Amino acid sequence: MKLPTPGEITWPRMTWREIGTESRLLLIGIPVFIWTMIPIYHMFLFAISPKEDAFSGKLWPDHPTLHNFEIVFREQHYFLRDFWVQFGNSVLIAAAVGALTLVIATCAAFSISRLRVPGSRMVMNLALFTYFIPAAFLAVPMYRTMGKYGLLNSKWSLILAMVTIASPYAIWVLKQASDKLPVELDEAAVMDGASPLQIFRLVYLPLMMPSLVAIGTYAVLLAWNEYLYAFLLLSNDQDITLPVALGNFLAADDSPWELLMTTGFIYALPPAAVYYVFRRYMVGGLTAGAVKS
Amino acid sequence: MAITLTAPDSAISPTPGIPRLTTPQVWGIVMLAPYLLVFLAFVVYPVGYGLWLARHPASYVALYNDPIFARAAVNTLIFLVIGINFKMLIALFLSGFFVQQRAWIRWLSVIFILPWAVPSIPTILSVRFMFNPEWGVINQLIFQFTGDDGPNWLNDPAIALTMAIGVHIWKSLPFWTLILMTGRLAISNDLFEAADVDGASWWQKFRFITWPSMQTLYITCTLLSMIWTLGDFNSVYLLTGGGPADLTHVLSTLGIRYLRLDQLDLAMASIVCAMPLVLPLVYFMMKRLSR
Repeated sequence: MKLPTPGEITWPRMTWREIGTESRLLLIGIPVFIWTMIPIYHMFLFAISPKEDAFSGKLWPDHPTLHNFEIVFREQHYFLRDFWVQFGNSVLIAAAVGALTLVIATCAAFSISRLRVPGSRMVMNLALFTYFIPAAFLAVPMYRTMGKYGLLNSKWSLILAMVTIASPYAIWVLKQASDKLPVELDEAAVMDGASPLQIFRLVYLPLMMPSLVAIGTYAVLLAWNEYLYAFLLLSNDQDITLPVALGNFLAADDSPWELLMTTGFIYALPPAAVYYVFRRYMVGGLTAGAVKS
Repeated sequence: MAITLTAPDSAISPTPGIPRLTTPQVWGIVMLAPYLLVFLAFVVYPVGYGLWLARHPASYVALYNDPIFARAAVNTLIFLVIGINFKMLIALFLSGFFVQQRAWIRWLSVIFILPWAVPSIPTILSVRFMFNPEWGVINQLIFQFTGDDGPNWLNDPAIALTMAIGVHIWKSLPFWTLILMTGRLAISNDLFEAADVDGASWWQKFRFITWPSMQTLYITCTLLSMIWTLGDFNSVYLLTGGGPADLTHVLSTLGIRYLRLDQLDLAMASIVCAMPLVLPLVYFMMKRLSR
């Protein structure tokens, strides 16, 4: 931004200065790259190393292999015996949280921002307040409450808990986005005799699409990545999600690191892919909404 | 429930029996109802129940006498005051780096966001293995080059807490850098060009142009990051498990530890003790965001 672009510079003495700038930028960029990649590369290295090579401290294995992936996919280890069921649980819970959050938050945002129900501003503030309670603090009473509702060890407990956590931010972002839609649209639709439900379906939803994609992605990723609530609320091997299964590897001292890292790598791929596919929406919809300056 | 039942009638023909509520408002209440139900069932009831559990003064005496609680409170403060400020300073610095117009910096920024895009569990476990004193790759390398055994990383409370802060920074630095970048990009370029004409130094440009336009955003980000970090369970729990000897707990992992020990009143009391720290931050953020 602040520096002249290379094309504009023609004097040789400026080139020296440019080399200086460039090398200073590299001096920042290279450590940033190494810092970012080390834990991920370490995980990848374990995933493609045979068991004997994994602990040798080499930066690239002598015989890279996909054998670990085969073991995971075929559930050929005690820790992995329910891999596909747990993978399915993760998918199911993430999808359910995404869908439920979208429905609840879109309706609430429409109601708060467009229909202006008396008291809706207070609901917005209550939701914001929930957003600021650290999730780990809410987890303690939530665990007990789920027990009282008889939902412990049911996938519904995790789904409802994650919807509770995802909704406040979703409502807030959607409300901010829908406040930007011109009121004249609604007024024109009302003149044409549209009911609130028709305005919602035919005017509001199509215009809000980019924000809805962002919020849906946000809720799905939040649920897929959640560890604490999943580990508190679910405990049967058949019910738990992948992150809890990964955490369970730590229970044994002789846990197979290379398989744990392979499973972790498989588990990390979908959210990373989703993030990069929807980055356009995420950057626009979420970072703008995350902090209002 | 009653609202849901009466809604269709009044939507078709607004009955004079219910004054002041127009059709859109009735629909508004109906559409707000799902969130209100979730809010009542999973926020109001748990929080109220939790506060009721934490009502005995004896719980606070027990907490006060528990050395692990004191240690966790100190650790939390270190995490927040030193860790977060350090992280935000780096984010402020890196946001200046990433707004430079270079093709390779654009590529680097795509890679840089990876820690934020991938789930934290596998990467934290990866770090944990890397620093395993016997088989971890770090100590293997130290042994290869020096012939000495490396430090016992995660068994030293000071190093272990520092590393938990490091893992936290690794995970959330990209997000805050991205936010601060949007702040930097919003500054008009004319200001910098004028400053260049006047021969301003790098520091003067930062001091008199960048910082004044970004300080509100920067402070908001720092406070928001502090609130969220109070709830950062994963960085500590998955890296150190609160160990060695329960010396690296923070308040969020301590609450869960009491819960696992079936001391629910202590868990809630420890959370109530964090409220003097949380509520002012929340109040400030609410004031800023609910406009």
